[in-house]
Amino acid sequence: MTAAARALRPAQRIVLRHSALTRICHWINAIAFVALLMSGLQIFNAHPALNFGQTTDLAKPWLSLEPNGFPSWATLPEAQDLAAGRRWHFFFAWALALNGAVYLGDLILRGGFRRLWPSARDLSEIPRAIVDHARLRFPKGDAALSYNVLQKLAYLAAIAAFPVLVLAGLAMSPAMDAAFPWLVDLFGGRQSARAVHFLIASFLVAFVAVHLAMVVLSGPVNNVLSMVTGRYRIEEDDHEA
Amino acid sequence: MKRETKLTRRETLLKLIAGGGALSLSGCGLDARSLAALAVLGSAENLTRVVQRALLAPREALAREYRPEDISSYFRPNGSTAPDDPDYQDALAANFADWRLEVGGLVENPLKLSLADLRALPSRTQITRHDCVEGWSCIAQWRGARLASALAAARPKPEARFIAFFCADTLEQTLDGDGRYYETIDLVDAAHPQTILAYEMNGAPLPVEHGAPLRLRVERQLGYKMAKYVMRIEAIDSFAALGRGRGGFWEDRGYEWYAGI
Repeated sequence: MTAAARALRPAQRIVLRHSALTRICHWINAIAFVALLMSGLQIFNAHPALNFGQTTDLAKPWLSLEPNGFPSWATLPEAQDLAAGRRWHFFFAWALALNGAVYLGDLILRGGFRRLWPSARDLSEIPRAIVDHARLRFPKGDAALSYNVLQKLAYLAAIAAFPVLVLAGLAMSPAMDAAFPWLVDLFGGRQSARAVHFLIASFLVAFVAVHLAMVVLSGPVNNVLSMVTGRYRIEEDDHEA
Repeated sequence: MKRETKLTRRETLLKLIAGGGALSLSGCGLDARSLAALAVLGSAENLTRVVQRALLAPREALAREYRPEDISSYFRPNGSTAPDDPDYQDALAANFADWRLEVGGLVENPLKLSLADLRALPSRTQITRHDCVEGWSCIAQWRGARLASALAAARPKPEARFIAFFCADTLEQTLDGDGRYYETIDLVDAAHPQTILAYEMNGAPLPVEHGAPLRLRVERQLGYKMAKYVMRIEAIDSFAALGRGRGGFWEDRGYEWYAGI
């Protein structure tokens, strides 16, 4: 490469973006989430309706996909098999909960929440951030080193959603309800907990959809490599160069 | 329930449509229902049981009990709702006048208890929520003899580790005859104050669709543990020789023996 060509090429630098622990937790969480989602739809299909309160109102469900529920390609296993779906679900529920506890502990101990908590200035920039995202204009240079306000809000919401999802799942357990009666009261009843569990899972599906879209739109190779190796390539802003 | 064979070709097509390379486990040579996979995944059941038992033990925790106004106006019957087994039909026709609950197995003093005998035992009345493994819940009031009292009268031997419940209903017609409903619980649940042999529901004799004349209530587990149409109780040291060896009708068909979640 000639000196002239090198000068034309935008300047780059490599930063260490994600710790090894964060990367391992991310991929365990990704695998567990897919298994839990698909086995969860299998379990939902055994009674494909939701309502709020302690008990089931069979005549007036709040939401009903009866009689068949979700299509078989979306469930794990594909064939209707509640027993096998429960095996998958509870195995990966343990994986997700333990992995999530390690991740949250690390985030709290190493001050990760400070990087995610939006400042007043961040919040005032929400309209501009929305316009930037809509135009697919992604930050370069130093701005790419920190999360923008929309990222902060989305990640905080997702991180907060997981503990509620787990608690709502536990509130459906008759043994857990006997050990901790407040657990089922927290959601206003066992069927409410079942509905909340489903709605939060739906929110997380939407989060993952947007997350994957942003990964693809803002440089998929760089993004995926940064979550595998930890190293993220930053293109310097022309004005700074 | 068994529609997997019919759907195989359509499933394969849907898998392709879904672009499911990443999500299709069978595409990676892993069968989501293989016995090996389910055995590995099933190890989580032991973890769940040990942790939940540890959380429940220090408090001798009772399941939530509800107010009379919380009782469901309609309680969904599940499983067998009208056993057509001839012995049961005869007993039902006689309004269970000559019916006796046998208590045997590893006990010093085998018993045959009439409904009047059961009513004479220490009883408990409780309004509890019934959680089906399918996901729905109903609330009802149950009255019955404490299982611990019935067992105490029969004096279990020290080697007894589980209590088995043998039922009148054949839920699945099978060639080897193992479609008869049965259940097993351990001594922790057998001794629990809310574990009762219920002969009344909502203040009336137990209806046929809910297990007349007698059903088990194990309030800290899911509905399939609570055997209906209980005919015989045995104290046993292992359930390996019963049915297909997994400890219950639904357990033999892949469900967890410990149904606390």
